[in-house]
Amino acid sequence: MPDVMELVYEVSNEDFTRAGEASSDVKRKLKKLGIPSDVIRRVSIALYEGEINMVIHAYGGKVTVTISEEAITMVLADKGPGIPDIDKAMEAGYSTAPDNVRNLGFGAGMGLPNMKKNSDEMNIETQIGVGTTVTMTVKL
Amino acid sequence: MDLYGNSVYLLENQCKGCTNCIKHCPTQAIRVRNGKAVISTEKCIDCGECIRICPHHAKKAKRGFIDAINNYDYSVALPAPALYGQVNHLEDVNILLTALKAMGFDDVYEVSAAAEIISRESREYITSHREKWPIISTACPTVVRLIQVRYPDLMDNLLPLITPAELAARQARARAVERTGLPPERIGIFFISPCPSKVTAAKSPIGYKHSDIDCVLAIKDLYPILVSTMGEVADHPEDLAISGKIGISWGITGGEAGGLLSDAYVAADGIENIIRVLEDLEDDKFSSDLEFIELNACNGGCVGGVMTVENPFAAKAKMQALRKYMPVSATHNVKTYPYDAEWTDNVEYMPVFELADNLKDSMAKMSEIEALCKELPGLDCGCCGAPTCRALAEDVTRGVAKKSDCSYVLREYLHKLTDDFHELNQI
Ligand SMILES: Nc1ncnc2c1ncn2[C@@H]1O[C@H](COP(=O)(O)OP(=O)(O)O)[C@@H](O)[C@H]1O
Ligand code: SF4
Ligand code: SF4
Ligand SMILES: [Mg+2]
Repeated sequence: MPDVMELVYEVSNEDFTRAGEASSDVKRKLKKLGIPSDVIRRVSIALYEGEINMVIHAYGGKVTVTISEEAITMVLADKGPGIPDIDKAMEAGYSTAPDNVRNLGFGAGMGLPNMKKNSDEMNIETQIGVGTTVTMTVKL
Repeated sequence: MDLYGNSVYLLENQCKGCTNCIKHCPTQAIRVRNGKAVISTEKCIDCGECIRICPHHAKKAKRGFIDAINNYDYSVALPAPALYGQVNHLEDVNILLTALKAMGFDDVYEVSAAAEIISRESREYITSHREKWPIISTACPTVVRLIQVRYPDLMDNLLPLITPAELAARQARARAVERTGLPPERIGIFFISPCPSKVTAAKSPIGYKHSDIDCVLAIKDLYPILVSTMGEVADHPEDLAISGKIGISWGITGGEAGGLLSDAYVAADGIENIIRVLEDLEDDKFSSDLEFIELNACNGGCVGGVMTVENPFAAKAKMQALRKYMPVSATHNVKTYPYDAEWTDNVEYMPVFELADNLKDSMAKMSEIEALCKELPGLDCGCCGAPTCRALAEDVTRGVAKKSDCSYVLREYLHKLTDDFHELNQI
């Protein structure tokens, strides 16, 4: 009997409207598992923001969600441009999103702050020109 | 015991097992077993989608019939606002109300009149509960049931007020007791409903223990007689109408929200649309200034209920024409009897979709489901009796179906058997 469950999603950058598929599916599954609703809420908000970032700032990537009896861990890995200044990127309201993206209602600069707020631990590893991996944990 | 007491049921001899309904059920509550549709009562939210879709008319709504007025000494009809959208060229609501009396009821009490009181109560509740914004309407019992089984996080946003039909029933009984001096139980309260969902709500109310509605009739059952009776009374209508625009508008989408006299609302109708709104609400995707969310399970609002007769869009147009020259509200001219519109019971989440009662077992089941899904063809054809391959996988892990219920799995198995048989023959 497995003590952990792993869910893996490819996030494509081809279609904007598809961003959010991973977080919706994770949400549906966590509900079936009977995970407390406040945890589900935090996971889906954090994951959705992360997914959007992978689509608008990188070129899509891979999301791995691990569920155990202790915590839910989300690893969002992309091969995008990387983040030059993480502290700056973490600031509320800071955004490099281009106008066309802002016109769609994204790019308010609240994604990373919200991800941090909704997870118990968050870690960003990034390398310019290579990619970014964001790891978030929500404890049960 | 039928704990949830839902009102949609199957006429077994008419069901062909065609699987149309299982595909359209928003909560995946139906399976075809041994060639017949089976509804899981704990998952059914009485939306009526399967009644709409069944090509063989095998799905029906439990409801009462008008001859039940003979069980009472005095009977009052409570027409839902949606009823007004069913008849052509209705210029005076009094004609319709007088016709109801001519059909055998001793009195009528418009649900739309009670709706105006509920609009006022809602305004008060919303203004004094800013911390619960956006508040979600509870007038459509299907919406409340859906939230109750699927959106635990939104339970706290529900507007904890009885429905207009319920308040109308209580007011009508009080008025009848006053007028007749009869004991309350000798008075029959008959709600004329657009949908099975409201039949269920009268039987097993959510938020309070007992409903004052004694019997729920279907708009479509009364319709033929109503229309012909209206012709008979058209030139001498009694003065019975007691509601205005705000009340009447509750029958169409946006009407309830309109009665709040604020623009900070969202109104969505149709089961797929309301699910999208609820999913987004759960993820905080709406602005925090939003005060109210009106949700109606049926397209167009209650005029689209499955027990109505008119096309919902035509019905909406008729209601708009009808209300044009009405006063905004009329209830302030009407005597109201003491009432308490707030829910008296706690409404709790019902986790009917969870896989097991602890995380470890749930995870084991989910892993099994994932593994099984990989072995199924992913066609979601419905031949196994489940709406999707994933639903079959879940049924198998719950022990209520077999993997070989899938025709493709079975065929492969048979192929293998015949191959083995050939090999044996060649030895
Ligand atoms: N995966 C990523 N790859 C590259 N840059 C990123 C990534 N995620 C975030 N960023 C950078 O961090 C900034 C702030 O991100 P965020 O707080 O989500 O705001 P927004 O997405 O609205 O711009 C972004 O504008 C972008 O410059
Ligand atoms: S739609 Fe459902 S109830 Fe109607 S015949 Fe087909 S399986 Fe039976
Ligand atoms: S929208 Fe109205 S008619 Fe449709 S299910 Fe809800 S209450 Fe009934
Ligand atoms: Mg962002």
